[in-house]
Amino acid sequence: MERHDNLRLRPPRHRVDRRAIGWWTLQSAVFALPLPLTFGILWASIPPTREFFMWATLISLVPGLLYMAVMPAWRYRVHRWEATNEAVYAASGWLWQQWRVVPLSRVQTVDTLRGPLQQMFGLSGVTVTTASSSAAVKIKGIDHQLASDLVEYLAKCTQAVPGDAT
Amino acid sequence: MTSDTSVRSPSHAADHDWGRLNGRLLLVNLSILAAPVAMFLASLAITGGEANLQVIITLGSLFVTLLVISGIGLMRLFTTRYRLTEDRFELHSGLLFRSRRSVPIGRIRGVDLTANPVHRIFGLTTLRIDSGEQSADAGRRLSLDGITKAEALELRRRIIALRDAGRARPVADSDGVLSRLDWSWLRYGPLTVWGVGGVFIAAASAFRVLHELQVNPLELGIVKDIEHRFGTIPLWYGILLAVVVIVVLGMAGSTATFIENWAGYELRREDGGVLRIRRGLLATRSVSIEERHLRGLELVEPIPLRWAKGAKLNAVASGLGDREDNRRRRGLTPPTPRGEALRVAAQALPGGPGLIERQGLLPHPKAALRRRINRALMWSVLIAAVPVVLGLWFGSWLITTGVITGVVLVVVLVAFAFTAYRTLGHGLRGHYLVASSGAFARRTVALQREGIIGWKFSRTPFQRRAGLLTVGATTAAGEGVYHVHDLTEGQGIAFAETAVPGLLAPFIERAPDRG
Repeated sequence: MERHDNLRLRPPRHRVDRRAIGWWTLQSAVFALPLPLTFGILWASIPPTREFFMWATLISLVPGLLYMAVMPAWRYRVHRWEATNEAVYAASGWLWQQWRVVPLSRVQTVDTLRGPLQQMFGLSGVTVTTASSSAAVKIKGIDHQLASDLVEYLAKCTQAVPGDAT
Repeated sequence: MTSDTSVRSPSHAADHDWGRLNGRLLLVNLSILAAPVAMFLASLAITGGEANLQVIITLGSLFVTLLVISGIGLMRLFTTRYRLTEDRFELHSGLLFRSRRSVPIGRIRGVDLTANPVHRIFGLTTLRIDSGEQSADAGRRLSLDGITKAEALELRRRIIALRDAGRARPVADSDGVLSRLDWSWLRYGPLTVWGVGGVFIAAASAFRVLHELQVNPLELGIVKDIEHRFGTIPLWYGILLAVVVIVVLGMAGSTATFIENWAGYELRREDGGVLRIRRGLLATRSVSIEERHLRGLELVEPIPLRWAKGAKLNAVASGLGDREDNRRRRGLTPPTPRGEALRVAAQALPGGPGLIERQGLLPHPKAALRRRINRALMWSVLIAAVPVVLGLWFGSWLITTGVITGVVLVVVLVAFAFTAYRTLGHGLRGHYLVASSGAFARRTVALQREGIIGWKFSRTPFQRRAGLLTVGATTAAGEGVYHVHDLTEGQGIAFAETAVPGLLAPFIERAPDRG
């Protein structure tokens, strides 16, 4: 095999929406804060166990805050997407990263999904599925209007490209 | 209504009369009620005739549940009708929720027959029809649960004949048996791993049942006796004995499973390009895979089997159902000698001999070996750390144990790291992408390049530091994605682009400076 040392995947063209940082921060807060909050209330309300709950609060709070501070910005740097008239290409993750490519000729369905938190930020997610159980490309955190345009575009392209889905 | 016997008559013209499930299903449905009755009698026998309230409630509710189940079964018996016309198979069923389903003959991917032990006693069998584009939920599958074996065979023959009549396909030139069970393969039976786990599951469920019947297993005479004897022997001897007993029971369990699963095994290529696997002692299974849905093969060599030079061959095919169904049905051979598995592989796929041989695959970069060694060291340290840390409080003998464990683990796991690295390999052979990996269970997979419907590249933080990435080829068949682990970035991307030309090209760039 010849040398391919300098080949690499270029990042997909579009970043996700900047508001996604806010969305991910809120989402991580929902995961990270309830436990330290519970410990904090116990710390304040049960004097004899003060010391124990103080440590419990701090130990559960610090990693949670770190996660909230680091994850959203990092994700924003990684998450990108692109749709050409032949394929959908998306990058996701932060510590563990993924790049997915799906040819439009193999696309079976294109859906949008908006969770309550995404709706608060006016964001939307697009899922592109194929016949493979593990090949779905998910583009999360793009502007709602952009997402519906994308879905429309993909639906049009997948009709135009002939092909068997299995 | 009288039972309609149209299908039983071997008329060759596709008749348009409705067929029904067999009346013997009535007995099958009532027979499940025997279980709680038998358990009730058994508990009376064990407790010496005293029926205690909790037992009555437990078994009573079981009885009622089964009564409902058998009622549903009876309803199905009376409401199910099916018929086969020239171009479609129709199935009507249900009283409250009526379902009318109809499948075009051309869509039918396979017709399988299975019979569970109770069905077999009554000479019945279940016919299942696979259809639908997506290898998805079981709801898409049609089944006729309870027709006689003769009816089922005839119906299957007619469906396949009708389907293939409407399809311009050259009849496969090699028609016949590819492989048949050789009882000497039974020696691989004890080597399947999960037998030992089965012992624990069996023990746990026996305990549960006895407990529900108000019999405390720990108070039974035999158990008391064993407990008493255990008290009189040294601890290490007791542990050794227990391990030996569990392993022996586990091996017996695995052997029994092997026999139940693979007795009567036969793999045959039938008219119209269908691979059919027949197997099973108590429950007979018959799986058919259309060759155009066969996207590849997978050779699996888990450790005990590998040491005995054995292997198992799986199909990578679409239309075998969801992930769990697929795992249950994909087996093309039982654990066999490696050579036999390779021979079957060469005959099942037109890829030529040596398609899933590991020899000749391209090796992976040295960084992949370093990753594996690092992982081995990390696990050794983590596991050894547990007794060492505990030793700080509970005495120094734990620290010694921890250190010894650590040293042994380092040696064993690093050896595994080297085998795992040597197992890694990838390559393109004709129409197939071939990849091999695995430390404990070595898996070599050959996947048709045309069957690849997307790429999934992934990197862990450690892979990013080492400049590696994992290439996942996604497909509609089998597990859905097959991985080539730990290639350098350039190597992986070039490999993917060569395997499916053009798909990645617009997204590839050359780094300005080498790195």
